[in-house]
Amino acid sequence: MSDTAERVKKIVVEHLGVEAEKVTEDASFIDDLGADSLDIVELVMAFEEEFGVEIPDDAAEKIGTVKDAITYIDSNKA
Amino acid sequence: MRRVVVTGLGLVTPLGAEVELVWANILAGKSGATRITRFDASDQKCQIACEVKPADHPYGFDPDKRVDHKVQRQVDPFIIYGIDAAGQALEDAGLTEMTEQERFRAGCSIGSGIGGLPGIESESLVLAEKGPKRVSPHFVHGRLINLISGQVSIKYGLMGPNHAVVTACSTGAHSIGDAARMIALDDADVMLAGGSESTVCPIGIAGFAAARALNSSFNDRPEQASRPYDRDRDGFVMGEGAGVVVLEEYERAKARGAKIYCEVVGYGLSGDAYHVTAPEPEGSGAYRSMEMAIKKSGLALSDIDYINAHGTSTMADMIELSAVKRLFGDAVGGLSMSSTKSAIGHLLGGAGAVESIFCILAMRDQIVPPTLNLDNPSEGAEGVDLVPHVAKKREVRAVLNNSFGFGGTNASLVMVPVRD
Repeated sequence: MSDTAERVKKIVVEHLGVEAEKVTEDASFIDDLGADSLDIVELVMAFEEEFGVEIPDDAAEKIGTVKDAITYIDSNKA
Repeated sequence: MRRVVVTGLGLVTPLGAEVELVWANILAGKSGATRITRFDASDQKCQIACEVKPADHPYGFDPDKRVDHKVQRQVDPFIIYGIDAAGQALEDAGLTEMTEQERFRAGCSIGSGIGGLPGIESESLVLAEKGPKRVSPHFVHGRLINLISGQVSIKYGLMGPNHAVVTACSTGAHSIGDAARMIALDDADVMLAGGSESTVCPIGIAGFAAARALNSSFNDRPEQASRPYDRDRDGFVMGEGAGVVVLEEYERAKARGAKIYCEVVGYGLSGDAYHVTAPEPEGSGAYRSMEMAIKKSGLALSDIDYINAHGTSTMADMIELSAVKRLFGDAVGGLSMSSTKSAIGHLLGGAGAVESIFCILAMRDQIVPPTLNLDNPSEGAEGVDLVPHVAKKREVRAVLNNSFGFGGTNASLVMVPVRD
């Protein structure tokens, strides 16, 4: 697992209070991990803090799964 | 009017987070006061508080028992305490599995005096240091006072009245009184009612200290700081926690064979119209609040055997006591009156509910809790049994709980064992 993936999963586990095994790369934040729209706003903020990236609203709206987040961060981080 | 009884109790306090443990500690004369551990208080005038203890403490509180991990992360401690106390009360009442029809008629009236001060403080610092983009999307609804009632209603599916009183240190008593009326007036059959508070944070301690409300000369002796009626008292000790009761319409409770603790028979409320923090010097607001509650109850003054006083360990103690003496006249010699704030500090918006629960348990067990640290009663305290130092076995036929708050807001409740 990449370093980005590890850190993303850790943030998701901490923020959503879900078991680590459930946070697979294909897991949907809303459908599989019980997040609501505000949780996603909070997750995006946590990713921005952790990775020093800017995730604009239009990009954030496209992040539906754990993999989406990892891919966005890997292609945009400094 | 429909009759209203208490069928469930829940407590989160500095002396424990389950009713029987807290009560045992109160009767044993234990104190929940320590030096503040929640933050570095070394630059504060007041450096002590009655904090709710961590889960690994013998009297500790484990939030994981009844509050989802995600909710814990999003909300202030006062909401977590309130959800847990409400859950305890529902479990005690045997009402966690109500039908949808029952839940349409079950509501919440759980308030707070101040609300999410620690979170307002910390998120303001985030705003100042990192800017508006870093403010949490859960900031607002994680701090709002009515979000105990909101969270509890969502967790347990309670679709009746959803209410939250905000009357400073009278909140807990007003919450119970108002909710009892909702049942009496047929708005609901079951109500979770009470109050919660958690303001042990730098701005909370500094603010109350600046208002000259907190003790400041007992930083090296925390357990002795809360000393209602004692001549050396110099301000209250901040407590935190929650108390919630299940109120239920009497015929319904009887029909389902519920354990009935007592009946709420009197509720009085008044305003001082005098000063924002100081009570009216004659205690006229307190007097009228108690008088109204007792009149509504139909009891004689001499029927009241125990008063759980507001008694915060401030100058106001003697004002309340003088109002009690004037109202009760000769009957004052027959009653006992104590302040359990001497043990758990002042729970502010939670106080009236937690102390009402102590009143209920005093009736159940026919024993009254002590006023700790009452070594030298102030002038004017003579002639009233303030139950110094140790709990006292005695007949307890009816109880009165007093709560008074900033703004000059007063509430009194009278409760008796249920009779057919």
